Amino acid sequence: MRSGDKRELLSGNEAVARGAYAAGVRVACAYPGTPSTEILEELTKLPGVYCEWSPNEKVALEVGIGACLGGARTLVAMKHVGLNVAADPWMTLPYIGVNAGLVLVVADDPGMHSSQNEQDSRYYARMAGVPLLEPSDSMEAYRMVGAAFELSERYDTPVLLRLETRVSHSRTVVEYEDQRREVDFPYEKDAVKRVMIPGHARLRHPVLLRRLEELAREAEISPFNRVEMRSDRVGIVTSGVCYQYVREAFPEASVLKLGFVYPLPERIARDFASHFRRLYVVEELEPFLEEALKALGLDVMGKARIPREGELDPDLVGSSLAEIMEMDTGLQDGGWNRPEAARAPRSSTLPSRPPVMCPGCPHRGLFYVLSRMKLVVSSDIGCYTLSVLPPVSGIDCQVCMGAGVGMALGLERAFAGSEVNASYRGKVVGTLGDSTFIHGGITGLIDMVYNRIPCTIIILDNRTTAMTGFQDHPGTGKTLMGEKTHALDLEALCRAVGVESVRVVDPWDLEGTEKALREEVGSDHTSVIISRRPCTLMRRSPHPVYRVDEEECTGCRRCLRLGCPALVMRGEKAWVDEGLCAGCSMCAQLCRPGALREVEDGD
Amino acid sequence: MVTDVVLAGVGGQGNVLSARILAEAAMRAGYRVKTSEVHGMAQRGGSVVCMVRWGEEVYSPLIPRGRADFLLAYELLEGLRFLEYLRPGGTAVVNDYRLDPLPVLRGDAAYPEDALGLIREASGKCVVLRARDLAEEAGSARAVGTVMLGALSVFLQFPRTAWEDSLRQRVPPRALEANLRAFEMGRKAAG
Ligand SMILES: Cc1ncc(C[n+]2csc(CCOP(=O)(O)OP(=O)(O)O)c2C)c(N)n1
Repeated sequence: MRSGDKRELLSGNEAVARGAYAAGVRVACAYPGTPSTEILEELTKLPGVYCEWSPNEKVALEVGIGACLGGARTLVAMKHVGLNVAADPWMTLPYIGVNAGLVLVVADDPGMHSSQNEQDSRYYARMAGVPLLEPSDSMEAYRMVGAAFELSERYDTPVLLRLETRVSHSRTVVEYEDQRREVDFPYEKDAVKRVMIPGHARLRHPVLLRRLEELAREAEISPFNRVEMRSDRVGIVTSGVCYQYVREAFPEASVLKLGFVYPLPERIARDFASHFRRLYVVEELEPFLEEALKALGLDVMGKARIPREGELDPDLVGSSLAEIMEMDTGLQDGGWNRPEAARAPRSSTLPSRPPVMCPGCPHRGLFYVLSRMKLVVSSDIGCYTLSVLPPVSGIDCQVCMGAGVGMALGLERAFAGSEVNASYRGKVVGTLGDSTFIHGGITGLIDMVYNRIPCTIIILDNRTTAMTGFQDHPGTGKTLMGEKTHALDLEALCRAVGVESVRVVDPWDLEGTEKALREEVGSDHTSVIISRRPCTLMRRSPHPVYRVDEEECTGCRRCLRLGCPALVMRGEKAWVDEGLCAGCSMCAQLCRPGALREVEDGD
Repeated sequence: MVTDVVLAGVGGQGNVLSARILAEAAMRAGYRVKTSEVHGMAQRGGSVVCMVRWGEEVYSPLIPRGRADFLLAYELLEGLRFLEYLRPGGTAVVNDYRLDPLPVLRGDAAYPEDALGLIREASGKCVVLRARDLAEEAGSARAVGTVMLGALSVFLQFPRTAWEDSLRQRVPPRALEANLRAFEMGRKAAG
């Protein structure tokens, strides 16, 4: 180790931050999203880097483009679906190229631990014509970031670094340089290269295609692609975290481990293939490598055996391939290192434990009221999406960030012209969180006002981005770097776009919330209700908790309709777990006999 | 030789932090280490599993089913859920604590009867403790994870300083004394 070097257990995300820092990154932008969030949270702890939470991923990438053109090495990070939002600048950036390097880190979530889909972002590299690097652990992630910046500058292209949940959120020992390199590129004007009017773009597209050919040659000599010859019978091609599963499941197999994944190093692949009758491809999600190898005319086996959906693990890799490998090679189980499990009940037979809204969650009150009112509720992505689960069962549809508004508009229009659905007329509300509203909801609201749609939008303003771990956003009055700033005034914003009726309710007050909703829903204009109370997890200042008076409790279970994890039945009576209770009082508001009472001090 | 530990619990119980402390202790003891953690949605009261592996060379961050040397069950149902990861003859350290998930609270599903018995039956050795009570006795109700690690430490040969340094690095200074006590109480309970 050189001086200035450190050795630490880092997550893949932390390693990316460290790699960017050592590479002299000066600007970093992101919108939070699991599993990518900690990259910027780490980077902002290090000196000399401008870090921001952008309002959404598209803005993040646009800021990134400006920064790299302006001569600063730039990192932009997002989760897989974020790249859909940023896809517009992403697709034209490779025409323009960079000045200082730009690396876009995208974190996929196979298995959907915290996501609404499990799209495979590797296609975004191919679609845009951008080189793709894919690490298989933290150490490699660290090295690849530095290499990606150099690649970016040498070939005048953005670089896509793809992580997966199990790389982002697994820790391995990383040796890293705890020092920042100073990198500064002069800015020079070059409008033909950077202003994509059709005449210029026609000049740039062939440049991009020639660049891809050169990158394909670069992939052939990349240190991130390596052949590990062991068995002369079983040859596996893999990349990312799957490399680790392959080594675990088939320790004797020969492996072509790809890290520089696109463009595919064809010569290496053909050479490797020449040793075997057939290649096995182990990759998560889509047959990205498999298709590329098949296009070379190679005999490869992949998704015919390995699931195309969900997350892989060593067991799944082993059990999917053992049989076919044995048939192909005569080797027992293909050499699968099959473990013997202890006797245990099948986990699928056990009651599930889905995530739930926390005790005292302000979203609970709002959605409880909505579900009582029998409305059609289009919703969005955030903690409040959990209100889809019983007993609240409060939302009808949800697709992507911001859609809560647009879908409400569409539903309202469909019902307005319908006879079979006439009973739903005037019953549509759209709901979305504060961070989500700023990310992608505001344009939908402008649409509503512009097209004179009578509909109510509810902004669930808990003063934070809760789902991803309490990040600040333009409405909170604080930046990622911890500075105080202007806090976006949601009421004024809604009024400014032309919403006449804007009001604020406290979702802990069930009666007041219901009253406001009854007044607005079904009226003849666009209205906004801001349901405002800070996330209970952020405010640790304790409210007095509640307790059940057993004499008074009739066991009617009305309070259970809230689905509060702090409230359970013990025999015939309700019981409050005072260790969990947040003192929101909603259960007490529902209790007819008044059996739920605030615990006085000293009780 | 690789040593594998599965830490199974409920979001909010602190097994993510425990996994980190364990991994850093293993690193200080001189091993190559890999962990797998859960962040994001599952932490909202959902089922959370972390894995820690160490040895001379570790590949997968996920432990194959049937390979784990140790199962740390922070809650009974969660212990049962990840019991299939334990190898035959492996050791379970179980917090004797039941937290009903929503489907059980609603009456749509039954909490498995005798979860503890099933874990006991499947493991070579089973240490049962009331980690919450011990943590409270040590002075911090939130030190449940440290009690569990204390119990695990009896079966590992890490130097004492590896544990202490890791706790010192990860636990806030004002809670350190309570955590060191909690670790000791876990050790006693298992020893
Ligand atoms: C395009 C996109 N970017 C990021 C995410 C990750 N994500 C899911 S919910 C959420 C934030 C929700 O915050 P808010 O709307 O304030 O609701 P809260 O969770 O605070 O209730 C984020 C960032 C996503 N699903 N899609």
